[in-house]
Amino acid sequence: MRKTKISNKIIFISLTFLTLLLYWYGKEIANYFDSKWLVKYPKHYSFPFAIYTTTFVKWLINEANFLLFTFNDLTRLFAWIIEQPYKIVLAIFSKGILRGQGQDAIQIIEPLSWISVVGIFFTLALYTKDKFLIILVVLSIVYLAVFDQWQSSMITLSSIIIAVPIGVILGILFGILSYKSKILEKIITPILDLMQTVPVFAYLVPILVMFGFGPVSALIATIIYAMPPMVRTTLLALNNIDPQLKESGLMSGCTERQLMWKVLIPVSKPTLLIGVNQVIMLSLNMVIIASMIGAGGLGYDVLASLRRLDIGGGIESGIAIVVIAIALDRLSQSFANLPTLSKKTQLTFYNKYKKIIFLLLYIISIYILGYFFTFFKFFPNELMINTSLFWEELVKYININYFDNLESFKITLLTFFMLPIKKFFLGIPWPWFIFVLTIIGWYFGKFKLALLCLVMSIFIVTTGLWEKAMITLYLCGSSVIIASIIGIPLGVWAGLNDRANKILTAFIDTLQTLPSFVYLIPVVMLFRVGDFTAMIAVILYALAPAVRYTAHGVRNINSQIIEAALISGCSQRQLLFKIKLPLALPEILLGINQTIMLALSMLVITALVGTRDLGQEVYIGLTKADIGRGLVAGLCVAFISIIADRIIKAGSNKLKNKYGIK
Amino acid sequence: MNKSPKLVCKNVWKLYGDKPKEFLQSHNYNPDKRIIEENGYIQAIRNATLEVYENEILVIMGLSGSGKSTLVRCMSRLVDPTVGEIFFENIDMGRLTKNELIEIRRHKMGMVFQHFALFPHRTVIENIAFPLEVQGINRAEREKSAMEIIDLVGLQGRENYFPKELSGGQQQRVGIGRSLAVKPELWFLDEPFSALDPLIRKEMQNEFLKIQNSLKKTIIFITHDFDEAIKLADRIIIMNEGRIVQIGSPEDLIMKPADDYVKEFTEDLPRERLLSVKSIMNNQKQPSNALTVYEDEKIFSILEKVLSEGSVSVIDRSNNIVGSLNRETVSRFINN
Ligand SMILES: Nc1ncnc2c1ncn2[C@@H]1O[C@H](COP(=O)(O)OP(=O)(O)OP(=O)(O)O)[C@@H](O)[C@H]1O
Ligand SMILES: [Mg+2]
Repeated sequence: MRKTKISNKIIFISLTFLTLLLYWYGKEIANYFDSKWLVKYPKHYSFPFAIYTTTFVKWLINEANFLLFTFNDLTRLFAWIIEQPYKIVLAIFSKGILRGQGQDAIQIIEPLSWISVVGIFFTLALYTKDKFLIILVVLSIVYLAVFDQWQSSMITLSSIIIAVPIGVILGILFGILSYKSKILEKIITPILDLMQTVPVFAYLVPILVMFGFGPVSALIATIIYAMPPMVRTTLLALNNIDPQLKESGLMSGCTERQLMWKVLIPVSKPTLLIGVNQVIMLSLNMVIIASMIGAGGLGYDVLASLRRLDIGGGIESGIAIVVIAIALDRLSQSFANLPTLSKKTQLTFYNKYKKIIFLLLYIISIYILGYFFTFFKFFPNELMINTSLFWEELVKYININYFDNLESFKITLLTFFMLPIKKFFLGIPWPWFIFVLTIIGWYFGKFKLALLCLVMSIFIVTTGLWEKAMITLYLCGSSVIIASIIGIPLGVWAGLNDRANKILTAFIDTLQTLPSFVYLIPVVMLFRVGDFTAMIAVILYALAPAVRYTAHGVRNINSQIIEAALISGCSQRQLLFKIKLPLALPEILLGINQTIMLALSMLVITALVGTRDLGQEVYIGLTKADIGRGLVAGLCVAFISIIADRIIKAGSNKLKNKYGIK
Repeated sequence: MNKSPKLVCKNVWKLYGDKPKEFLQSHNYNPDKRIIEENGYIQAIRNATLEVYENEILVIMGLSGSGKSTLVRCMSRLVDPTVGEIFFENIDMGRLTKNELIEIRRHKMGMVFQHFALFPHRTVIENIAFPLEVQGINRAEREKSAMEIIDLVGLQGRENYFPKELSGGQQQRVGIGRSLAVKPELWFLDEPFSALDPLIRKEMQNEFLKIQNSLKKTIIFITHDFDEAIKLADRIIIMNEGRIVQIGSPEDLIMKPADDYVKEFTEDLPRERLLSVKSIMNNQKQPSNALTVYEDEKIFSILEKVLSEGSVSVIDRSNNIVGSLNRETVSRFINN
């Protein structure tokens, strides 16, 4: 035992040393042996994955034929199925019912007025019986009207109303299928891994090509993006059901279908509702991104403002998205936590549906009132508040007064922190990097993990994207380091102090409800474009899990262990550094892992502020509608995150096993 | 007691692991426990053969992991035995189709679980009516039947509560009620009272006996607790590491334990309270003594008499002398 420990240490030290050596002298060595390929993977050896992918997708769309129908028919059918309910919802919330085409169309029935929508959300919130929530939700909806975001908000809301149920239903169905068949589970799990790690931008292009520019494409992208957690949640919930409960269903004489729909699914409902909440949040996260392929609504407003450099407008629409996100998040969370209480008496029809009946009457009367007073139809223009000027002035003010401070802060961090890291990643010869990575994989996960590391990193090299991948690593690495430096101490603080925990949790919950894109807006205002801006946005977005997991790890240490330490005479400080932190380490590692995952997904979005990493490659693929280019670069990003994820999880498990904690 | 078997298990094996059937076949259907484990299998049931008689209470006992639950689940076909046959009312359960099995469960079997396994999203009455609901019986009718059962298990007034609003004892009453909803003939109870406090457990045992007295079902009852077993059982099965070690009446187990394992189980019991005179008496019919005791009296009730008198005659209920008992026998019995 001792012996292997020492030799591990020696290997570790010598690997580090060699790595540093190669980083400093790699170029010289390569030059000396006249083998430049060591530092730079030769272009003519790279495998044209991108071109093949493009060809394949094109073939799929134009020629693929399944005897009775073509692939194209299939995509059209999907599009049609999704389009129908979307049209209806859009008519209800935004467009009204029209007669005629295009410009000449006349509205014969108007969409729900803002007062009616407030009523709907008020009624929904009533079910939670949470006064604070009711006020929050109503204020949020009123906000949209007062701040002149109504039209766009309703378009966005309509797409959420369609995307979420479809995502949830498909997610539950796939979850059930993979629960029932081990083989299917084995197929679906890696697909889910890819769906969750391949950056969204990468599959926007194929969707665009298959379904055309427009809201339907946007919906499909949203559903693909938001569904995986629902599949996982469903599978997890079903697998965690007490086996006795299942047996009691069987012994009651259930058929397989009855068992599923009368026992397993209802029993899993609390967990499934958490999944629904996630689907909602992810759908909202897609709002801005989906507008790149035609979603319209608030997302489009943000994007357009950013392109025009219309700071105020961008912030206004961004805040509207945030408001919707917070309202929907809290609403769906409290539905998930709704207690079931005994029905001491049987409810009559009226009592059961009282709220809905009132709501319908309310909406009808608002309609009628709308004919007489426009106030009930439209929120009056005179009362609207326009904040875009205010935001613009604010940013101007900051930039005039603090420009020097911000700039010197930026330059300091760039020169002394980011650049060295960048040089490090770009300097190491790729064969050595792959070698070390494989060894690390071996150390933590034996053959399987080593193979995974090897194959995936070789894929990245042969695509010819190695350099871009290294830039991705550097950006991701710097962000994660800073996020950890900020996040872990905050987490420790929250773990030790109840008050801090409450405040930080509230703060982090809010941070996490914000769609990733929103983080870009203020950062661009302050730091303009470039790597630094990207890093700050990534840090903000990826900070939350570092704090949350650390707090959880510190908090959840067995209290008997702590008592034992105190009896042994530990001071508070010793307790923290000798007991709590080491024991929380596996959990902290998982937090860092989550931070890395979020950082990578955010990095792709920061391509918009001019990074030169894989994200940029994906984004170029999107703007040039080059399917292969985007997908292959996206796959590289996915592989990086899968490698990081597996290694860190294996490390965390290794530690947990060592300490014997579950 | 009617001695016709309701359920028969013949050479039932259950191994957990990959392809256990082939493994058993290649080892002549009789591999050593050691060989089983070396090959990475878990032996849950090993060659179990038994009969369950109509209207008896058969109690299965054994340490944790000895295979009690697995055996019962094989009988109800929640678990498929690896090899072996199980006959329920002379029907080979292994040959039943899915639907036939569902039919049997819908009309002839009921099961109570250790941790109650109530459906948390259903009220008491909905839980109890559930087996009727899945049969497609209409609401009014099934709620009427369910109400009768609620009366039977003593849950009047709680029918619209959710499980989590009930105490442990009340929850298990719901579990019992649900398993009785289809009026089963064969009733499985897997450690139904283990999760309850001792006082409540006692109350529930009495309640259980009361229900059995009025319903007369064939019962297979698992427990850890020998006191509980003695109180309820007509016969007891002792299991150890998947094997059935002994089947017999409580007295058989105490007087003639098949091996040390059974002996250990019965050692700490207050035997004078459990055994009757018959089990220790002398078969020589000594000429009538002035003092007599009945053969089915428990030993503790005649202790004083024998110890003070020195020797007594044992008679059966029709006053025939069947044996005798003296001070030495009794004191030896008490002291070991
Ligand atoms: N699904 C399963 N997969 C693998 N092994 C199992 C499975 N179910 C039971 N076993 C094993 O079979 C053996 C018998 O288990 P069983 O649950 O029947 O014991 P038990 O006597 O009911 O124990 P307890 O008193 O703890 O309920 C145990 O060793 C158990 O680990
Ligand atoms: Mg058991």
